[in-house]
Amino acid sequence: MNHADHLLGIEHLALPRLQHLLDQAAVFQRKPPERVLSGKRLLLLFYESSTRTRTSFEVAARRLGAETVNVSAVASSIDKGESLLDTVYTLRAMTIDGIVVRHASSGAPNLVADHVDVPVINAGDGMHEHPTQALLDAFTILRHRPSIAGLRVAIVGDILHSRVARSNLLLLSRLGAEVRLCGPRTLLPREFAAYGANVSLSYDVEEALGGADVVMVLRIQMERMRESFFPSEAEYVARYSVTRERLRAAQPDALVMHPGPIIRGVEISADVADSPQSVIREQVENGVLIRMAVLQELLGPRL
Amino acid sequence: MNLILKNGRLFDPSRGLDQIGDVVLQDDRIRGLGPDIAAAGPGVVDCTGLIVTPGFIDLHVHLREPGFEYKETIETGTRAAAAGGFTAVCAMPNTQPVNDNAGGTAFLLLRAREFGHARLYPIGAITEGSRGERLAALGAMRQAGAVGFSDDGRPVMNAQMLRRALEYSSMFPVPVIEHAEDLHLSAGGSMHAGPRALQLGLRGISSTSEAAMVARDLLLAEEVGGHIHIAHLSTAASVRLVREAKSRGVLVTCEVTPHHFTLCDEDLVPYDANFKMNPPLRGAADREALIAGLADGTIDAIATDHAPHAAHEKLQEFDKAPFGIIGLETALPLSLRLVTEGRLSLARMVDALTCAPARIFHLPGGSLAPGALADLTVFDPAAEWTCDPALSLSKSRNTPFAGWQLTGRPVYTIVGGRLIPNPALAATPPVS
Repeated sequence: MNHADHLLGIEHLALPRLQHLLDQAAVFQRKPPERVLSGKRLLLLFYESSTRTRTSFEVAARRLGAETVNVSAVASSIDKGESLLDTVYTLRAMTIDGIVVRHASSGAPNLVADHVDVPVINAGDGMHEHPTQALLDAFTILRHRPSIAGLRVAIVGDILHSRVARSNLLLLSRLGAEVRLCGPRTLLPREFAAYGANVSLSYDVEEALGGADVVMVLRIQMERMRESFFPSEAEYVARYSVTRERLRAAQPDALVMHPGPIIRGVEISADVADSPQSVIREQVENGVLIRMAVLQELLGPRL
Repeated sequence: MNLILKNGRLFDPSRGLDQIGDVVLQDDRIRGLGPDIAAAGPGVVDCTGLIVTPGFIDLHVHLREPGFEYKETIETGTRAAAAGGFTAVCAMPNTQPVNDNAGGTAFLLLRAREFGHARLYPIGAITEGSRGERLAALGAMRQAGAVGFSDDGRPVMNAQMLRRALEYSSMFPVPVIEHAEDLHLSAGGSMHAGPRALQLGLRGISSTSEAAMVARDLLLAEEVGGHIHIAHLSTAASVRLVREAKSRGVLVTCEVTPHHFTLCDEDLVPYDANFKMNPPLRGAADREALIAGLADGTIDAIATDHAPHAAHEKLQEFDKAPFGIIGLETALPLSLRLVTEGRLSLARMVDALTCAPARIFHLPGGSLAPGALADLTVFDPAAEWTCDPALSLSKSRNTPFAGWQLTGRPVYTIVGGRLIPNPALAATPPVS
């Protein structure tokens, strides 16, 4: 199987395929889907805790008629030291038609994809990629803007540890957006500038938000931090929290997005999260549509 | 028993020797050499078209015995060494238990005498259990046969400890070998810190994590006058630091691995742990600096850092898989690539594989002079072959060079006058 039989990241996702997924999600939004995956069984293999992504895949699969099997790191053989591949071989033997993998190690879904004969979908791997999140973010923007080309998108927060930032960076810059990354320098390595010509870096949140059409806010991923990257949460809030005040620098109708989970009062103030500009809950709804599109594409009947 | 290597290209950079001729071996010594000095007859090995050099010496291998025999043993590791043209290897002490006492050192030599296909020179640990807390039994290990000390795999983070080790071992005198890595700077890393690591979402091991430690070690060696040997140099900054220290007369030597002068981080196949080693594959500019350093002699030796691991250990998430790759059987052809590309002279290559290692670690061999140890390597510089890990004589298969078309292969390895035809060559001409 090759890249086109899986969804491992945005990096190797061909433009026509990307477009197809966005279009298909729009179709699903207009009319309820048929049960095209009836009789299929989807394995949700989650090595990292997740509420929204796992539930979203589960709802998406069921709406298409598929059955889901949940395996999480807690309460399984994974706990007992079984290797990732051994776990996958075992579960594959129980008639599985596709595998959704979430893992703390970057590249874990690639390893799985190299060793099974069913489609593998990356539901977030370490600091690498989270392709369905980027797709649902693009889809959400397109509900409010005719095109992504030319949009000024600011991504603010813990860029270094964020797979969402990486996937969005790849996808949005490919679709022609101007992407501004913003965070303290310790969480925003200069090498990110190498991602593309329309990518810029800023350590100043007001500068990054200036004239922005879309503001994506990212959580500080304490669980991936092994040492201190900034002096204190209070100092982070003082310098980088997206507040109503700071949002004034952006376009008046700028969309505010957040992949969740939100920590109110830290990376984003409560009033911004709940403002009319916020499409955070819409992102969650759209997540189901995008994941249905992905599941239908990879597991559904080939046209 | 006598052995006559007939009509080979005799090549010994330590003596400026490069001529077609014969070598006569008697028992475990080189008896004589010169153009056409021996007639055909029993014990004659035709070396026409082959290059005859002093036996290759690898300053840095992991044989995994005792404790990790499922990865490698002294028998399989030295067999792979002989197949790669190495007549001697220096065995790193990070076994289970760690070789940190005379008994451990004696055990290795005993096993090598019984099962070895190449000579084994033990490296003893610098600190007990390589934990960095107390000096290991350096004198006792030296007496038992250790040729150097290292906590390889782990740097000596405590500068005072390294300083004492350098002072103490300078009495013997043997080198202190440092795996240079500041563990705070490299914490959690699994590949070279750079754009590629960032993109793959892998934590980086910065070049500075090595160079900062090299700088510290050079200052300590200069202060106490001990011999520091930097293992597997991987960064341009390290090369620069060593070059500068050497120019001021600091007693420093160092080595580079074939994988570091062949590959860089851009060559890494994403998430394939056969590309995971420590130090990691660096940037293209680092690779260039390593080649330049090897060519101008700043880097003394080529060493493989042969580090076998079982298949299931490498078939893991990239950040979980252990560091290290095997390298004994691919060292010669990868080194010859630099010669073919005009980046390295044949003389410097052979020097770095044999004469220099013998010289800097005070080991026998490394010379074709009459009376020298009859450890020789005979290789075909034009033999073309494909690297197939399944055919490796090592117990392990973890190489990033699978499928590579390689040129150059040992035909005979001679250890103490004993001829070992390369088992990988089915059509090896018989000894007449």
